[in-house]
Amino acid sequence: MYKLLLCWRYLRTRWIALASVVSVTLGVATMIVVNAVMAGFSHEMQTRIHGILSDLVFESHSLSGFQDPQWHMEEMRRAAGDDIVGMTPTVAVPAMLNFQVRGQWVTRQIMFIGIDEATHAQVSDFGRYLQHPANRTQLSFDLRDGGYDTVDSQSESAAPTRPALEGAGWSHRRMRIERERVWRERLEAERTPTEAAEPAVGPTRSVDQQVDAVLAATTEAPVEAAQPTPRRADPFQQARPEEGVRMDPANEQFTGVVPGIGLASFRDSSGIDRFLVLPGDDVKVTFPTSGTPPKAVSDTFTIVDFYESKMSEYDSNFVFVPITALQRMRGMIDPQTGIGSVNSIQIKLRDGADLEVVRDKLRKVFPADLYAVATWRDKQGPLLAAVDMEMSVLNILLFLIIAVAGFGILAIFFMIVVEKTRDIGILKALGASAGGIGGIFLGYGLFLGIVGAGAGLALGLSIAWNINTIRAGVEWCTGERVFDPSIYYFYRIPSIVHPLTVLWIMVGAVGIAVGSSVLPALRAARLHPVEALRHD
Amino acid sequence: MTEPRVPLVGVRDLRKRYRSGDTTLEVLRGVDFELAQGEFVSIVGQSGSGKSTLLHLMGLLDAADSGEIRLDGVRVDGVSASRRDRLRNTAIGMVFQAYHLLPELDALENVLAPLLVRHGIFEWMKVRRPMRDRARALLDRFGLGGRLHHKPRQLSGGEMQRVAIARALVTRPRVLLADEPTGNLDESTGAEILDTLCELNRADGLSIVLVTHDAAVAKRADRIVRLAAGRVDDACHASPRKAG
Repeated sequence: MYKLLLCWRYLRTRWIALASVVSVTLGVATMIVVNAVMAGFSHEMQTRIHGILSDLVFESHSLSGFQDPQWHMEEMRRAAGDDIVGMTPTVAVPAMLNFQVRGQWVTRQIMFIGIDEATHAQVSDFGRYLQHPANRTQLSFDLRDGGYDTVDSQSESAAPTRPALEGAGWSHRRMRIERERVWRERLEAERTPTEAAEPAVGPTRSVDQQVDAVLAATTEAPVEAAQPTPRRADPFQQARPEEGVRMDPANEQFTGVVPGIGLASFRDSSGIDRFLVLPGDDVKVTFPTSGTPPKAVSDTFTIVDFYESKMSEYDSNFVFVPITALQRMRGMIDPQTGIGSVNSIQIKLRDGADLEVVRDKLRKVFPADLYAVATWRDKQGPLLAAVDMEMSVLNILLFLIIAVAGFGILAIFFMIVVEKTRDIGILKALGASAGGIGGIFLGYGLFLGIVGAGAGLALGLSIAWNINTIRAGVEWCTGERVFDPSIYYFYRIPSIVHPLTVLWIMVGAVGIAVGSSVLPALRAARLHPVEALRHD
Repeated sequence: MTEPRVPLVGVRDLRKRYRSGDTTLEVLRGVDFELAQGEFVSIVGQSGSGKSTLLHLMGLLDAADSGEIRLDGVRVDGVSASRRDRLRNTAIGMVFQAYHLLPELDALENVLAPLLVRHGIFEWMKVRRPMRDRARALLDRFGLGGRLHHKPRQLSGGEMQRVAIARALVTRPRVLLADEPTGNLDESTGAEILDTLCELNRADGLSIVLVTHDAAVAKRADRIVRLAAGRVDDACHASPRKAG
């Protein structure tokens, strides 16, 4: 009982000891905040990675892909059917994106991904990241009339940061076509008669659409028309009939594509997104065919929406296109059967399924020299591992801060033991055991640890929970942008407090406080009562 | 003179040496001492005669090199540390020259301290009330009823020493060991303390060993034992009060 009483009294009368736990408090608070923010970032990142990558990705090593995805999917269902809830084939090829901005051609290196618009959203969060509300529920590669979000649908702020998307869609397309026509007429009016011999060429349908027209016209020979003949530069040249080539761009579109938002826009310092091209504009994409060796073919597409996962790696790299169009253009459709090849199948598993177990099951069925099966974590393994390592290193460093605080406690406790030597002698004379005397100081250390860590907990949690308010306050005070959304693509600092992490931090901090009071406690316990009583 | 009764405290051939570096200081060179139940004995001697050491050995605060100490006929030297702590807590009450109160605790808590040491927290919750009453009664008896919640620094020297005596007595010990209890006090206050001790000896039959270098103080005891150079000086074995 005297231990508790004395601990309590010492706690109330020795403020210097409380000063020594300030560093424990600060260390705990910092650790909680850093862990919360890191966990927040990590979570955001994983969500985004997982948002575009399905649970499992089944790929062929060959760019030309494998034939008959349906058969593959059936095999997979046979191997791990219980865990699979959705599958969708995709074709992904490296490609080049070209678009014209004020007369200059801008070229971007991209990953051109053919997706099945009906099923793709089922296996990943793909749909959530589109800019048109209707596309978020069901993606369509047809250009919308308008109604694109001017507000970032994933941010909580209601400020319209994308005013340019206001007029996007058909109205933007028609205005642009009209402007181009006026320009062209003006140019033609200025031209001398000799130059006019070369007639101005109006827009033509894309090659793919021309094939569509042929297919529609000649029902009996789809095989002939679609068959790629490797020796010809343009596989569709012969098949191109004159009718169906001309199009009315004001009322018709090319094949729709959904590029990542980072390819077409940049964020200025005030947080407004500026767009180089808009839904309704046409772009050219150059991509390899599936023959050997692959040849580069180009075609024209119309942007129908933007994709924004907030993972800049994806947002500035991916362009989505209907899978059938890509298969046709690359010559991936088997002329005999009409079945298209794919080079990847995205698989969604039921909630709670063990990704690695299913992956290994599939790996057993499909030979590794032909197919690669990977979980979404495997795909981004280095990145996730880097983040994890960063977190561990930070935790070690921050924990050292608390350890340093432990040495402060040690020093101050030694001083308190010296100061209290006579009292220790008195207590021993009154019959207190050595263990009891040691217990006072251990208990004192425990109290201080709890007080310090508790204060740190309160401070850390209040910072972690209000970090965006604090950031706003700091920005208001200093006039500097602390957290620039144009760098991070987040509008607010993410912060997730994991109770278990907090618990471990608390246990560690209290443990250090107790641990560093062990030596002083031992010293106190070993004091000789007679000498202690003589001490002044 | 030899009574069949076992003395309350029996010390035989007690020796104690202190070593500091190469020199050894023999403080006690075979002390024999007995204290009967209800007796008030003064131990006098010059500084360095070993009287405080003898008291510390009897209070089990230190271990002798050889010889034996018996309490009620039972050897208490060389027992285990926990038993020694227990004996210190229950059988022995000690009073010091410098009062040795705990500065963080008020008068009542200081008196309760040995009981707090004895009882664990849950036990204490059960026995708290009667113990508090006992401590309060003791302080009342010593005229400190109105100063229960004063910290030691708010008390005078005499008051502090009376708190210390109350603390020594709250456990109802077999023997009270007082080490120069009047040493830091002026004459009249010291006399009051001595009156208190005499009164305790007479009224309650408390056995007291009082160590002092002051002959006037020593005279108040039943018997005076003089220590010189680590031995009991047999020449002076007077019992002033009973004889006079």
